[in-house]
Amino acid sequence: MKRLKVLVFVLCLVPLIWLLFDLFFGRLSANPINDITQRTGIWTLRLLMLTLTVTPMRWLTGWSSLVRFRRMLGLFAFFYATLHFLTYLVIDQFFDWDQIVKDVAKRPFITVGFASFILLIPLAVTSTKKMIRRLGGKRWQRLHRLVYAIGIGGVIHYLWLVKADTSRPLSYGALLALLLGFRLWVSVKQRRRRPTVSTPTTEPLAD
Amino acid sequence: MLVRRPTDIRSSEITDEKLYLNRRRFIKAASAGALAFSSLTESGYAGDWKPKTKGPYDTDEELTPYDDITTYNNFVEFGPNKDDPSKNAHTLRVKPWSVKVEGEVKSPATYNLEDLIKPFPLEDRIYRHRCVEGWSIVVPWLGFSLGDLIKRLEPTSKAKYVQFTTLYAPDQMPGQRRDLLPWPYVEGLRLDEAMHPLAILSVGLYGKPLPNQDGAPLRLVVPWKYGFKSIKSIVKIRFQEPQPRNSWAAQVPREYGFYANVNPNVDHPRWSQAKERRLGEFFRRKTLMFNGYADQVGQLYANLDLRKNY
Repeated sequence: MKRLKVLVFVLCLVPLIWLLFDLFFGRLSANPINDITQRTGIWTLRLLMLTLTVTPMRWLTGWSSLVRFRRMLGLFAFFYATLHFLTYLVIDQFFDWDQIVKDVAKRPFITVGFASFILLIPLAVTSTKKMIRRLGGKRWQRLHRLVYAIGIGGVIHYLWLVKADTSRPLSYGALLALLLGFRLWVSVKQRRRRPTVSTPTTEPLAD
Repeated sequence: MLVRRPTDIRSSEITDEKLYLNRRRFIKAASAGALAFSSLTESGYAGDWKPKTKGPYDTDEELTPYDDITTYNNFVEFGPNKDDPSKNAHTLRVKPWSVKVEGEVKSPATYNLEDLIKPFPLEDRIYRHRCVEGWSIVVPWLGFSLGDLIKRLEPTSKAKYVQFTTLYAPDQMPGQRRDLLPWPYVEGLRLDEAMHPLAILSVGLYGKPLPNQDGAPLRLVVPWKYGFKSIKSIVKIRFQEPQPRNSWAAQVPREYGFYANVNPNVDHPRWSQAKERRLGEFFRRKTLMFNGYADQVGQLYANLDLRKNY
């Protein structure tokens, strides 16, 4: 398990290494800042989707120790989201606060993206064992359901920024609908069977 | 296959300097009115290119490298991503090419491209080019005055607008097999805009024929408007009384208008137009009114509410 975790950790770093490689070897387009923004953004969304896949995969495969990867994947989603945000703040706008405030207030796709990033922060901060204990499993779980809203926000952010080709954001939307729909379906089924018992989504974090 | 990086050019492909200079002289001679267009050859290296003369409308800003102009394109007919056109546009067949002239014009006809262009001297025009998405480049176009062509075509008194249409050929343009925009792509200008000396029809850049991804073999260049107005691979020019409905305005009327003049004070609903990134530069620079051509074209819009007519 330990080795597998190291492997997943390294795999999660590959998109960053790949991006740095392309950057330093001049393999990005004529507008590299835009490429960095896009690549860190898409990997944020991919890691969010992977994080949200862990629980349904556990139910489907019965491999319950999969949950041990959930925190790492979630933190990597936050890592790429932070890179994405910093690219916008530092490289793209270069601390043009006036412009940034206007963007966040007036551009719906930036408003949604920014809100989703802000919502990720408490989840990252409370990801430690200590914080889970301090909050208590139930409250922790409730807080961490925010990730559903963040996933929806991420897809909307992507959908609203594209110009002509909505096929990719829509396919992420379809995947997200599947992942969230599956949870809903299981929860409804469980509630019908055992009306008083909690749904699987409220299981405390094993790792 | 297009040259992507200077280092990718085999030495055999680099034009011998004597030939190159001859070609320059030839084009110079051609600009007296002879067959400049058919003399343009694909060979030659853009890196050492210099414009022959500096015209009154040329900017002296640093030119965007040929590689950037030819690999970072919006040409949705070849796909929605910036690198799609340079990857896919090789399937476009630009010879033979004909242009249909129709509508309110003395003698509507279909012209062979060479015949259409023949009467006009080709000149280099170094223009700023500002995309509605917030990036910009400086391009040394090779082309001729659109106004001169229009005068020769003799539009009737009813002609108030010119409409341009891009080739529709899904077998050559893979983007047209998808529902990305209403095809074929259509753009238009008010007749007085089209007659403005800044407006040109381009057949080349960096002294070479237009690469397919940049709108070969014939494209419009209206440098005071956002790039999507400068329609590529034109097959039809139509003169008419009603205002044409241009493709982006038809697709998303809230975001794109007919005029599309570069204007830092009127934002696109999804992003600010106050600044732009010149490709190759780190800091964004301030966007200029009418893309810096306010002195030349400002009077065209003296009585127009630019906030409404975006």
